[in-house]
Amino acid sequence: MKTIDLSNASVRDLNQALHDQAKHVDDREWVVTHPDGAHNLAVGVNQEVSIDIQGHAGYYCAGMNQKASVTVHGNVGVGCAENMMSGYVRVKGSASQAAGATAHGGLLVIEGDAGARCGISMKGIDIVVGGSIGHMSCFMGQAGRLVVCGDAGDALGDSLYETRIYVKGKVESLGSDCIAKEMRAEHLEELQQLLDRAGFNEKAADFKRYGSARQLYNFKVDNASAY
Amino acid sequence: MSEKTPPVLRESATFDRLAIQEIQRAAETGIYDIRGGGTKRKLPHFDDLLLLGASVSRYPLEGYREKCGTDVVLGNRFAKKPIHLKIPVTIAGMSFGALSANAKEALGRGATIAGTSTTTGDGGMTPEERGQSQHLVYQYLPSRYGMNPDDLRKADAIEIVLGQGAKPGGGGMLLGMKVTERVAGMRTLPIGVDQRSACRHPDWTGPDDLAIKIAEIREITDWEKPIYVKIGASRPYYDVKLAVKAGADVIVLDGMQGGTAATQEVFIEHVGIPILPAIPQAVQALQEMGMHRKVQLIVSGGIRNGADVAKAMALGADAVAIGTAALIALGDNHPRLDEELKKIGSAAGFYDDWQNGRDPAGITTQDPELSKRLDPVEGGRRLANYLRVLVLEAQTMARACGKSHLHNLDPEDLVALTVEAAAMARVPLAGTHWIPGQQY
Repeated sequence: MKTIDLSNASVRDLNQALHDQAKHVDDREWVVTHPDGAHNLAVGVNQEVSIDIQGHAGYYCAGMNQKASVTVHGNVGVGCAENMMSGYVRVKGSASQAAGATAHGGLLVIEGDAGARCGISMKGIDIVVGGSIGHMSCFMGQAGRLVVCGDAGDALGDSLYETRIYVKGKVESLGSDCIAKEMRAEHLEELQQLLDRAGFNEKAADFKRYGSARQLYNFKVDNASAY
Repeated sequence: MSEKTPPVLRESATFDRLAIQEIQRAAETGIYDIRGGGTKRKLPHFDDLLLLGASVSRYPLEGYREKCGTDVVLGNRFAKKPIHLKIPVTIAGMSFGALSANAKEALGRGATIAGTSTTTGDGGMTPEERGQSQHLVYQYLPSRYGMNPDDLRKADAIEIVLGQGAKPGGGGMLLGMKVTERVAGMRTLPIGVDQRSACRHPDWTGPDDLAIKIAEIREITDWEKPIYVKIGASRPYYDVKLAVKAGADVIVLDGMQGGTAATQEVFIEHVGIPILPAIPQAVQALQEMGMHRKVQLIVSGGIRNGADVAKAMALGADAVAIGTAALIALGDNHPRLDEELKKIGSAAGFYDDWQNGRDPAGITTQDPELSKRLDPVEGGRRLANYLRVLVLEAQTMARACGKSHLHNLDPEDLVALTVEAAAMARVPLAGTHWIPGQQY
């Protein structure tokens, strides 16, 4: 196990050491101590390593992650796991805005709450939030699944493409072109699998499904008020 | 004198035929007009400036004998691997999706032959483009369509796009007829949707966040790649200062003459400012920060010939970028297409429906049959020829001004033909020492 103490090493040192693992793996297990809310921790990692960040992280923690498994023992700032391609990111605390933004793959689990625009423009990632999410979440969500065990703020799924959204609690309001949809057997099955993978003791049957009405896919003047 | 004087029909300057047609079109369809290209209105431009050739007070360099350098280094502020181009004319960002794969490949081929860079666009990097481009700039856009770290690492530079000259403040669109299986797959979209691109980046807001975003991209790429910030010209003095403060290596400044694949006509014609007044504002910002020539300035929007290149560089740009002119060099709007263009309601020299995918030149289309019409090797050769002419022309004028490198051109080599151009470019009105707004 390799430990990098950010009280005497820089973020550059950390990221370079992690990037070097893509060429040659020195250690599969990494621990980062004294993160103290630093930005850009463990960004651009491209190897099957586990990274334990022991404290709070700032913006873009685990940004563009590929293959790595990252656990943050604290809260994270804006854009956690943004544009992640694969791998696993787990936030033991809460996340600020734009968690999982534009991400293509992998699993992001947030045990606490997530702020506004959670899953904005998501492109295939799965996001499971133990608490609630803020407004404009999943705006222009293209693919993947967003699961919320608490409540969702205003304008959920605005201008949605093909992301499937599951919410257990109250939805403040739905955005343009986002509608409640029937929960069929295949949805119950995929949702239960996601909840189980995230380690949340929840039942899929308690959730509702939301998705795109697909009315804004091609511009029609009669829909102008929806834009 | 029994014959009556024939009546003269008077066209309204306010409600001219174009205005009347647009009102009628809007009333019939209920939707704004969308088209490609840049503004078509007459604007103060490089044509309103003249270069002052040498005579007694300055001596010129001998054409074809005395060297006039053209190379430029981009991104040496922070990047470990700055780009060194042979010529200061780059190819602007244009997407695969807006353009055919053959067109993208031709741009890469032409740029590589001429010793310059080309740029991806909204929708990601294609293997054809990467394979044929010696220097490839990878755009980082609000939509992040096709954005992935593998391509980020393959790029030679990264351009964070905050806006473009044709539509500063506006997002993008790609109409459904161009969202084919391949385009949709690269962008993770359903086939045939009218693709909307966001106007703001999804995970940051404002200049302080931009600094963190730039740091993230630098970290991901191990501080190797130059990071450009592209802005649409509207408030360049402030935008340039904030982008430089945020850590940009290179500023790309696009004036309102810059083209687009598809945007509302009203947006193209009425938002943003021309490149002429934008350059001095950007240069002033860089100079006040002590960053002129340290953070390089690439300008675009209406560059057509070597005179435009020389004048832009004399105003303080380190390089220029071309988009529309590059497409014309490939064959866009060629007279041989006139008959076909007339069949789709246009004509050679007027065609701007780049949004609808029916381009008979095979450039702004995803139609497989139309795309085949553009031979990427021949297109690349045409583009390289055009780039060479741009540079030869610029060198000719720089030598006449006594300059041994295009970068040695400066505002003292310029005068303006109109009061407006003098005020905007901050050079004297020809025959006077008067720069409106600076000296009275």
